[in-house]
Amino acid sequence: MPRIIDTAGGPAEAMVLNMGPQHPSTHGVLRVAVEMDGETVIRARPDIGYLHTGIEKSCEAKTYSQAITLTDRMDYLSPLSNNLCYCLAVEKLLGLEVPKRAQYVRVLLTELTRVASHLVWLGTHAIDLGAMSVFLYCFREREEILKIFEMVAGQRMMTSYFRIGGLALEPPTGWLDRVAAFLESFPSRLVEYETLLTENRIWKMRTVGVGVVSPEDAVAWGMSGPVLRAAGVAYDVRKYFPYSSYEEFDFDVPTRTESDCYARYLLRLEEIRQSLRIVKQAIGKIPAEGPIRADAPGIVPPEREKMKTEMEALIYHFKIFTEGFSPPAGQVYQRIESPRGEMCTYVASDGSPKPFRVKFRTPTFVNLQALPLLCEGRLIADVVACIGTLDIVLGEIDR
Amino acid sequence: MAEAVETQVHPVAARLAAWDSGVVSGAETFRGELTITVPREQLHRVADFLRHDPELQFTFLSDLTATDHFPLEPRFAVVYHMLSLPHRRTLQLRTWTSGTDPVVASVTSVWPTANWHEREVFDLFGIRFEGHPDLTRILLPLDWEGHPLRKDYPTGGPR
Repeated sequence: MPRIIDTAGGPAEAMVLNMGPQHPSTHGVLRVAVEMDGETVIRARPDIGYLHTGIEKSCEAKTYSQAITLTDRMDYLSPLSNNLCYCLAVEKLLGLEVPKRAQYVRVLLTELTRVASHLVWLGTHAIDLGAMSVFLYCFREREEILKIFEMVAGQRMMTSYFRIGGLALEPPTGWLDRVAAFLESFPSRLVEYETLLTENRIWKMRTVGVGVVSPEDAVAWGMSGPVLRAAGVAYDVRKYFPYSSYEEFDFDVPTRTESDCYARYLLRLEEIRQSLRIVKQAIGKIPAEGPIRADAPGIVPPEREKMKTEMEALIYHFKIFTEGFSPPAGQVYQRIESPRGEMCTYVASDGSPKPFRVKFRTPTFVNLQALPLLCEGRLIADVVACIGTLDIVLGEIDR
Repeated sequence: MAEAVETQVHPVAARLAAWDSGVVSGAETFRGELTITVPREQLHRVADFLRHDPELQFTFLSDLTATDHFPLEPRFAVVYHMLSLPHRRTLQLRTWTSGTDPVVASVTSVWPTANWHEREVFDLFGIRFEGHPDLTRILLPLDWEGHPLRKDYPTGGPR
């Protein structure tokens, strides 16, 4: 492994410890080279790239629709958010208007994704800090959300349910009842987690005052999502640049000012509550009937019924799946609020059926960069708390 | 298609033109998003102005990436996506650099977050950033040969 810390000239007792690439607390394959004086961290240098699969390069060899499946595999804990970000970018490039019904379904499912993702975060973060049982509870509830995804998309994880112009399939009958049942049972479970952690003395000793970052630093280092909002900066893309009809929903953007690991924990729990509020409103808003795809022949695949009766629909179907569609030349930038922060897709088109360049701005790539800021000068055990609280997913960091 | 905008019309473009009339070499909007192109030599100066000017305050650099226009010349466009939180504005800043000696001034002194972004662009495109504190590969192994996101690099790898 390359030496990324040069200890020459440092304290004579300093020692360099490699955390990872295989280490349970790094949530994947992250290596952190930590230079220590006793148990105090002098310098920490994250080393990434172990999961690099060249997703952006692969996108250039696929048609616009084919690239959706690749987006699932970046942030594998919130595939629907990735799908949404990419689809919105291509829709912006094409100038497509997505039907309201599809927009509301998208909002509902991405908010459930946020809940599921925060549950995984809470469970794994708690296990890092020694609270085993929370992990089991969180995964129990997450399972229920994954079952809803499976019901709607046919897949638990790699959903690819959002397509350019709308949704892949008509959602099945009765799925909203299932979501409603989840909304009914879940809030009491959330209280259970809080009784386990919020006033827990060990939990507070491990998180209060740990990993503090000032609001100025957080902005300068491009941090976003719960980490930024826990520092007191109320930047939430859903409020700043609403997409997919978020402006029609009533929700708050929680912020805190302590900016430590504990504040981020409280903030994420509050975000789960706000997401449930949005899901509840979405259930009321989604019409029972109506189109789920934009009316855009040549871009959105035609309905099966039409293909059997209309010559033109059959031709479009053939053309979409053999050569794809050609958006106008230009470049667009689409931001969304993923569970981890500001996620963006940059799509540049040269007018051909394949993207000229796709770039994903993944929130934890940027957040992880500031890890030294959070943990230098503190104890080695705090590094684990800091990595956990950044909620990193190596799949989206390395892409 | 992208539309060229008169620099007076858009407030950000107007502000830049008022500050230095020669600095904006192109301004266009596409789907409501503004892109400003500046000469490579002026990049650092412009970035510093965009970040610190009280009327603009683009304090948040979301993204920094590049596009390869091989075999055209100048070959690479380096693209900066920024955000002004107080004014709720976004901006795409673009500059061009040649394929024979691709080098752009580093903006790490303006936005510290540019550090990893610039390393990524260096790694995948081979564009150097002058003044970067630690310009090494970030995603690929240090002994990797070539820069995969270049258009003349095969999708399946060199072998």
